[in-house]
Amino acid sequence: MNDHAPGQSTTMQSRPNVELMKTELSDPVAEALREKVSVRNLNFFYGDYRALKDISLPLYDRKVTAFIGPSGCGKSTLLRILNRMYDLYPGQRAEGEVLLDGENILDPKADLNLLRARIGMVFQKPTPFPMSIYDNIAFGIRLYEKVPKSEMNDRVEDALKRTALWDEVKDKLQSSGLGLSGGQQQRLCIARSIAVRPSVLLLDEPTSALDPISTAKIEELIYQLKVDYTIAIVTHNMQQAARAADFSAFMYLGELVEFGTTDQVFTHPREQRTEDYITGRFG
Amino acid sequence: MNNLDMTLYRRRRLKNRAAMVLSVGAAGAGMVALVWILATLFLKGASGVSLSVLTQMTPPPGSDGGLLNAIFGSVVQTLIATLIGTPVGILAGTYMAEYGRNTKLTMVVRFINDVLLSAPSIVVGLFVYEIMVQPMGHFSAWAGSVALAILVLPVVVRTTEDMLLLVPDSLREAASALGAPRWMVIQRVCYRAARAGLITGTLLAVARVSGETAPLLFTSLNNQFWSTNMNAPMANLPVVIFQFALSPYEDWQRLAWVGALLITLTVLFLNIIARSLSKPSGGER
Repeated sequence: MNDHAPGQSTTMQSRPNVELMKTELSDPVAEALREKVSVRNLNFFYGDYRALKDISLPLYDRKVTAFIGPSGCGKSTLLRILNRMYDLYPGQRAEGEVLLDGENILDPKADLNLLRARIGMVFQKPTPFPMSIYDNIAFGIRLYEKVPKSEMNDRVEDALKRTALWDEVKDKLQSSGLGLSGGQQQRLCIARSIAVRPSVLLLDEPTSALDPISTAKIEELIYQLKVDYTIAIVTHNMQQAARAADFSAFMYLGELVEFGTTDQVFTHPREQRTEDYITGRFG
Repeated sequence: MNNLDMTLYRRRRLKNRAAMVLSVGAAGAGMVALVWILATLFLKGASGVSLSVLTQMTPPPGSDGGLLNAIFGSVVQTLIATLIGTPVGILAGTYMAEYGRNTKLTMVVRFINDVLLSAPSIVVGLFVYEIMVQPMGHFSAWAGSVALAILVLPVVVRTTEDMLLLVPDSLREAASALGAPRWMVIQRVCYRAARAGLITGTLLAVARVSGETAPLLFTSLNNQFWSTNMNAPMANLPVVIFQFALSPYEDWQRLAWVGALLITLTVLFLNIIARSLSKPSGGER
C-alpha cells in the first residue's frame, strides 16, 4: 500500500496528467483535448453515508470515458450526479463542483430540466415509454422545440437511423415501443436521448441486460456517436471498456483510484489496485 | 423401505384429504350462493322485463308502469358522482404516489382513506343529509350525487396510488433525464403506463356505488315522476327497489325484481370490462 501512496496523490489531481495524456494519445494528429465536463473535489452523500470521496476528473469533448470498478464503488452514483438525477430523491446531496462548459451544474439555481435536456442518459434496463415507437422519440423533441410535422418525421427517422434501428422498425412506427426486443428497446432509448441533441451522453451499464449481438451493435453505435457527443459509460465489462473507451477511470470504495487513457490504464496501470482488478485478481 | 412409519404417513394423508374437502366445500358454497342469487334474479326478474320498463314511469299501485325515471336518475346521479369523485381521487392518489411519497401527510391521508373505504354507506348518507339536505330544506339529486361521490372517492384514491406505485421509477427517471418537468412526467408517462389500472379502478368504483341504497335514502330520496331537476328529489333504482320490494303490491314487487336484475347485470358488465382491461394485452407488457 505504502509504495503506491505517492502515485495515488498525483493521479488524484487531473491537471498534471493532462499534458501526459495528450502525448499518449494513439491518434498522432491528436486534436487539442477540451474538457467538456470537469468534476472537481466531488463528495456525495446518501443521508450520512459518504458514497463518493473527493473525486476529480475530466470528461473530454467528443471522447468516451469509461467508469470501471467493482459493484458499489460509486461509478453509477458519479454518473447520476452529472445530470443531477439524484435530485429526484430526498436525502441525497453532492458537494464540490461539476462544470459543464465552465458552468457549475451543482449550483442550486441551475435549471434541472434544461440541464437534463443537454445531458442525455441511458439506463441499465431499457425504459421505453408506454407509447408508440414514433412518440417515444418525439416525446423529448416536443419538450423544448416546436417543430412542424415534416421536420419531426425527419428527426425521428434520423435518430432511428443513427441507432441502426430504422430498417427494423420503419414499418411499425405507430406500434408500441414495448413490443420491441430488449436490444431494440435499448437502441430506441439511445435514439430517444440523441434525438434531443444533447451535448453529453451518459450510459449506465447500457448493455448489461443484452445479448452479445445487441451488445456489439450498441458498442458500434457508441463508436459512431462520439463524433458528435461526449460520452461517459459505466460498465462492468472490462473488454467493453477496453474496446469502447478513450479514457478510463477506475473507482474503488467511493474513491477515484486511477484516471488515464484506456490504453495506459489497461496496459500500464499506475496503481496496484487497478492492475489487480483489471487482471481479475481482485480480493 | 420397511422402516417407514406408515401410520404417520396415513394420518398425514387423512389430514390432507380433510383440508381439501373443507376448502373445496367452502369454494363450492360461495359458488352456489352466487348462482342461486343470479338464478333467482333471472327467474323472478326476466318475466317482468318488457319494453314498458324502459319507456314508462314508476306507476302507482295497481296500474301499469316501468322504471324509466329510476333508471335515468340512477345513471345521472352515478355519472355526476363519478365526475366529482374521480378527478379528486386521481389527484389525491397522484399526490400520494408521486409528490408526497413517504411524507406524513400521505400516511395520514392513506389511513383516513382506508377508513372511508370501509365506512358504512349509511353513515355517508347521514353525513350528506346533515351538510346538504338539512340546510337546503329538501331532498335533492345534488345531495344524492355528492353522497355517491364520497363513496367513489376512496376507491379511486386507493387504486390510483396503487397503480402509480406499480410504475417503475426507472420510467420516471428516463423521462426526467430527457428534461421533462415533473408534471409532464406524471401526465404523459406515468398516467399512460397506469392507464388500464386507473380506468379499472374508476369502473369498480362506479360498480360499487351503482347499487348503493342507504346514502340515497337520506339524500335524493325518490320521485314518482319524471324529473331532471337536480335540486329536487330524483328517482333511482336502489331506492325504488327498496320501496317496491317491501310493498304488498304484486306489480310493484315484479318491478323491484326487474330493477334488481338490471343493477346486477350492470355491475356484472362493469366488472367484466374492468377485468378484461386489467389483463395485460399482447402489445403492452
